[in-house]
Amino acid sequence: MVEKALFAIFLEGVFIKNFLIIQFLGLCSFVGVTKDVKSAAGMSGAVIFVMAMASTASYLLYTYILVPTAMTFLDLISFIVVIAALVQLVEFVVRKNIPSLYRSLGIYLPLITTNCAVLGVVLLNVQSQYNFMQSVVFGIAAGVGYTIVMLMMASIRERSTFVNIPSSIRGLPQAFLIATMLSLAFVNYFWVIPI
Amino acid sequence: MSTTTTFLIESMAILGGLGLAVGLMLIFASKKFKVETNPLVEEIISVLPGVNCGACGYAGCSDFAERVVNENAPITGCPVGGFDVAKEIGGIMGQEVAEGEKQYPFIKCHGGLNCVDRFEYVGFEDCKAVMMLSDGEKGCSYGCMGRGTCVRACPFDALYIGDDRLPHVNKNLCTSCGLCISSCPNDVLAFAKESEKVHVRCVSHDKGKAVKEVCTVGCIGCKICEKNCPEQAITVTDFLAVIDQDKCTACGICVEKCPQNTIEAR
Repeated sequence: MVEKALFAIFLEGVFIKNFLIIQFLGLCSFVGVTKDVKSAAGMSGAVIFVMAMASTASYLLYTYILVPTAMTFLDLISFIVVIAALVQLVEFVVRKNIPSLYRSLGIYLPLITTNCAVLGVVLLNVQSQYNFMQSVVFGIAAGVGYTIVMLMMASIRERSTFVNIPSSIRGLPQAFLIATMLSLAFVNYFWVIPI
Repeated sequence: MSTTTTFLIESMAILGGLGLAVGLMLIFASKKFKVETNPLVEEIISVLPGVNCGACGYAGCSDFAERVVNENAPITGCPVGGFDVAKEIGGIMGQEVAEGEKQYPFIKCHGGLNCVDRFEYVGFEDCKAVMMLSDGEKGCSYGCMGRGTCVRACPFDALYIGDDRLPHVNKNLCTSCGLCISSCPNDVLAFAKESEKVHVRCVSHDKGKAVKEVCTVGCIGCKICEKNCPEQAITVTDFLAVIDQDKCTACGICVEKCPQNTIEAR
């Protein structure tokens, strides 16, 4: 295992392995919460936080409990438990401190629990055998990549409400068309930056 | 103890212990981040019908309850619950509510089968879609298209299209929320109070000759009702009779005199 620089891992998480647009994880929130920039930003903030926390917690769990007891086959189910608890925690905090965001996120906040992007981050950490620092950086990077794409998408969708498009394409089909073009833009990073 | 058993117990202990730790943490967090909700809001939510139809103009019942408590929204704001709910909310908020008279949607056109079709419409079953095709399939562009936009707008299934191709209101199910009235593309529906007995069932402003060509029961603006009304409650403007319900005494003279049987008593 070659030691990767943290910055390289960060770039990889944000662009090359972008969770939404290259790996197609977490698409539920991607088309659901991008109707306006404000709620997209709120959701993204929550996701960054949950991803970083989940990377930290899952690394500690995996390295100090599962590996010594040779119970690594329990990784999936125990990660799910940890992520669910974290999301519940985030929900408490948001409901207490930012009630307007809590209302606008609605169903999507509990959906982070079952958001495959978060589980994807922690499983990729285990798969790539990252150490503690690398795990946390990769978690944050994944969240930042998610945020960038979410904000792009939300901005485009906000502006496109004023555009005269056929009513049969309005809404979800249009969102998928936009997502297609966005992902085409991100695909180029594969060839530009060899890591 | 075989190795399998110990293995099983170990894995159960690890996952169980993890679950226990996480659960305890969440209990602590829920205590720490407890949100104080106003008990009044909870009470009002329990009183409201809970259909979340949006007829009050707010995003659902809980939002309405919150605004009644915090932003002085009208306590009579729920048209679905009507007077009973308003009274209960008034009781919670310590305000008196006066009872208004029940009103139901009334269909101001009775063309239906009495009105000729200009062409046979084949397409999407919706009044708005029909209206896009050169102002509808019927000879009269003012009246009811009978395609049931109001029926689909009603969250309570209180409307149905009868054999006469006109919508009918089931008053036992109707909650006077007004969603059907705002959905009608031709404004054929309007609220009418129960005490208002005599109605002009036509909305056409066409001249008498044009109305007679397409509809056997349309108002031709002949002014016979206007001349015969003892209370001067009827005025004909733009070839359409309008009854002033404040003056009307429901004597029924206009109903008899109307040559087209446009005016009906119910």
